[in-house]
Amino acid sequence: MNPFNYHKPSSLAAAVALHRDAEDPAYLSGGHTLLPTMTQRLAAPSDLIDLEGLTELTGIAAQGSVLSIGAFTRHAEVAASSEVRGALPALADLAEGVGDAQVRNRGTMGGSLANSDPAADYPAAALALNAVIRTDRREIAADDYFRGLFETALAEDEVITRIDFAVPSRAAYEKFPNPASRYATVGVMVADFRGAVRVGITGAGPCACRAPAFEAALSARLAPASLDDAELPAIDFNSDLHASAEYRAHLVRVMAQRATARIAAGTD
Amino acid sequence: MNLSLTVNGVEHSLDVPANTLLADLLRSQLRLTGTHVGCDTSQCGACTVHLDGRSVKACTVLAAQTQGRAVTTIEGIGSPDDLHPMQAAFRDCHALQCGFCTPAMILRAIELVESGSALDNRTVREGLEGNICRCTGYHNIVKAVLTAGEAMQEQAR
Ligand SMILES: Cc1cc2nc3c(=O)[nH]c(=O)nc-3n(C[C@H](O)[C@H](O)[C@H](O)COP(=O)(O)OP(=O)(O)OC[C@H]3O[C@@H](n4cnc5c(N)ncnc54)[C@H](O)[C@@H]3O)c2cc1C
Ligand code: FES
Ligand code: FES
Repeated sequence: MNPFNYHKPSSLAAAVALHRDAEDPAYLSGGHTLLPTMTQRLAAPSDLIDLEGLTELTGIAAQGSVLSIGAFTRHAEVAASSEVRGALPALADLAEGVGDAQVRNRGTMGGSLANSDPAADYPAAALALNAVIRTDRREIAADDYFRGLFETALAEDEVITRIDFAVPSRAAYEKFPNPASRYATVGVMVADFRGAVRVGITGAGPCACRAPAFEAALSARLAPASLDDAELPAIDFNSDLHASAEYRAHLVRVMAQRATARIAAGTD
Repeated sequence: MNLSLTVNGVEHSLDVPANTLLADLLRSQLRLTGTHVGCDTSQCGACTVHLDGRSVKACTVLAAQTQGRAVTTIEGIGSPDDLHPMQAAFRDCHALQCGFCTPAMILRAIELVESGSALDNRTVREGLEGNICRCTGYHNIVKAVLTAGEAMQEQAR
């Protein structure tokens, strides 16, 4: 790994100031995307700015119809949180299925959303649960946040502080994991907001997206069969050694139907 | 940079370059070579240690991120004359062949048991998803974890 300067700022403002003044800086959260890219020398930032301990980025709070989660919250904390289990069991399930136990003990929600890996799990939840991504300077609706392959609406030096999820009446997440990494080959979250259904999809295209025709069909009738002929989202499906574009397109429908079946069965 | 941390109950104060990984600190500086490095990129789990009681991949943690924290490695959980129940079960169940994955398997398995979750064939296999073994085929590892799990949960009662 190339040398770098390590900083542990004690305030959010100091973190952003360090980022502005450094040559080629990067924020460090759980490190489970950034550090492997650095050990492989695919990235060589001049400065790492550690976000651990910043109070603005911590804590989980259920406030009425919103569940607000600090960006530094690790996947294992999301999975184990009684607030999350109570308000949004589908999100706790999703967190429990990220990577493996060691990854969940380090990786954070903010890091995952900032990175926007096409196969990451949280982006599907952010879209299905109409999340608001709060940063050090503004609020970004999830619908405006995902821009492309590893591309988001964040500015270079912008820090995600919290993610506010809308709490649906019911929701479920189904993923077809890559058997080695557990990343989503395809993952789909279906969320029912009192008859208005939102569908968030990850793994299928360059970044997470919604499925308008699926949403219309499920809002009319929340049953797996509603999706038999519903139009797939108009995206460029990924094709790689794990799955062809055709196979991913197929999986989108199957995962959406499985999630719908779980909701309809009343188990979520 | 200056770093203070506790490793296996012993306090250390060290001067390390900022780009030192926890795995390298343990192996090269502290000579605790029971922590293995298989892939260096968080895939294989051979470098698993406990950081404040939680299992982490030491190749994907900066030494700097352990400031003020407690690390436990395989050297810290038992000795040849006084094996930890998990070590004893691995020996009794023949849960290792080359042994490269073993220290990490044992540390991850201890956290799994101590988390208090129900243990069966499926939960143990899921719990060890982050640890790869190229020799055993896993059957005897699962058997060892279930055996030690019973003994440890018995002890805790
Ligand atoms: C073996 C393995 C398996 C995995 N499997 C899965 C899986 O199944 N599903 C899944 O979703 N993910 C998976 N991951 C990824 C894991 O969830 C990562 O932890 C996550 O993608 C990144 O989060 P982090 O906290 O580790 O971020 P870091 O690696 O610290 O940072 C990632 C990027 O985001 C930036 N960043 C971090 N925090 C912020 C912030 N608050 N504001 C702005 N920018 C920020 C950093 O500068 C960096 O560019 C896996 C990782 C590994 C190593
Ligand atoms: S060496 Fe750390 S996971 Fe392989
Ligand atoms: S015993 Fe050889 S890798 Fe597991």
